[in-house]
Amino acid sequence: MKTKLITLTAVAISTLAVADVNAGSRLIATSGVTQLEGGAGGGLTPWAVISGYADEGEYSIGAFHTSTDVQDFRLKVNGVSASYDNRFEISAALQSFEIKGVAGDLRQEIYGAKYRIYGDAIYSALPQVAAGIQYKRLLDGDIADAVGAEDSDSGIDYYVSATKVHLAAVAGYHFLWNATLRATQANQMGLLGYGGDDESGYTLQPEVSALVLLTDDLALGAEYRKKPDNLSAFDEDSFSDLFVAWFPNKNVNLTLAYADLGSIAGSEDQDGFYFSISSWFK
Amino acid sequence: MIKKLTCIAALFTGLACFNVAQADDYYQELGGKEGVEKIVDNFINEISFDQNIVKFFEGTDITRLREKLIEQFCHESGGPCEYTGDSMKDVHAGMKITKAEFNRVVELLQAAMDDAGTPQTAQNRLIRSLAPMRPDIIHQ
Repeated sequence: MKTKLITLTAVAISTLAVADVNAGSRLIATSGVTQLEGGAGGGLTPWAVISGYADEGEYSIGAFHTSTDVQDFRLKVNGVSASYDNRFEISAALQSFEIKGVAGDLRQEIYGAKYRIYGDAIYSALPQVAAGIQYKRLLDGDIADAVGAEDSDSGIDYYVSATKVHLAAVAGYHFLWNATLRATQANQMGLLGYGGDDESGYTLQPEVSALVLLTDDLALGAEYRKKPDNLSAFDEDSFSDLFVAWFPNKNVNLTLAYADLGSIAGSEDQDGFYFSISSWFK
Repeated sequence: MIKKLTCIAALFTGLACFNVAQADDYYQELGGKEGVEKIVDNFINEISFDQNIVKFFEGTDITRLREKLIEQFCHESGGPCEYTGDSMKDVHAGMKITKAEFNRVVELLQAAMDDAGTPQTAQNRLIRSLAPMRPDIIHQ
């Protein structure tokens, strides 16, 4: 895992030296970053933006690594994404969740697809709107079974997102907001299974992000992601973070965040740093 | 300062303070006459070095282009000028400009403003003023 991180960092640093190799034509930073489940967005939540920089008739291919360390848990996510025509995005991600004192990772695969329905986040008067799904498959479901999950094999999230950039709107700085509504059964994104003894069905969860661009390639923002609370054994809290995202060129993004993940599987007040790197090769 | 704080507070409550700083009067922030001329000169220079964009300017009277761009940027930023050029739709008719080419020209303008030392907020305001022209420029 460490080698993977070092490799990705090396790839990223080497791309820093050369500007915009094979990059698509959209403006810098309009790729967004990559969220915990592999979709283009903020760090926690998918946005209506389509991954990479491809505009009409262009395609994009990218990879990412995200690592979050909190007191009792570590989450590492590796994945890839592709997009076409600034219209359609697919992604695949593998989450590895490590629990302090417990042998073996808890792994979940997530396959995502997103379709831009309407608009352009910058140029249309109304927000850019997209709809997406995330198919989640838990590879290690024993813990999910043990904590009372209804289903420890797989689940599907459905979401709709709206993203809007308001040019020069905050004291002359560009302002972006995103609002996402997700229908989900997942406990802790699915790492603890899908549905529970308190609530087994789908619930609607809001997720919001806001940022300002301090320069064309540096964003400062905050996010909030509400989550279900399906299990009687544990309380589940919302996620939130404060982040800085840097886009040195169209081939790489580096994001650093301070994330508050709340209560996870009985461990209260889990917070810590979040680091993510996304690379776009085309 | 109060306005700035209000905006920051609004940002974190998820409400925006759009258009609070709307006043389209940032000509001085662009550097006045001298600043706008420098931006336009840099912009034309950037265009002339971009192989995918320069083709649209074959046969263009560059002296006139420079004059009209200066008028336009001056007018849009609230400066003491009238834009006397043709409409954006007429200027770009038949060019079949793609979104990619449009984005590239935005990048060239940003580079031109960077080179002119234009403050970020003034750059952003000029981009905001010009952005609504996009439907009259692309796919014509």
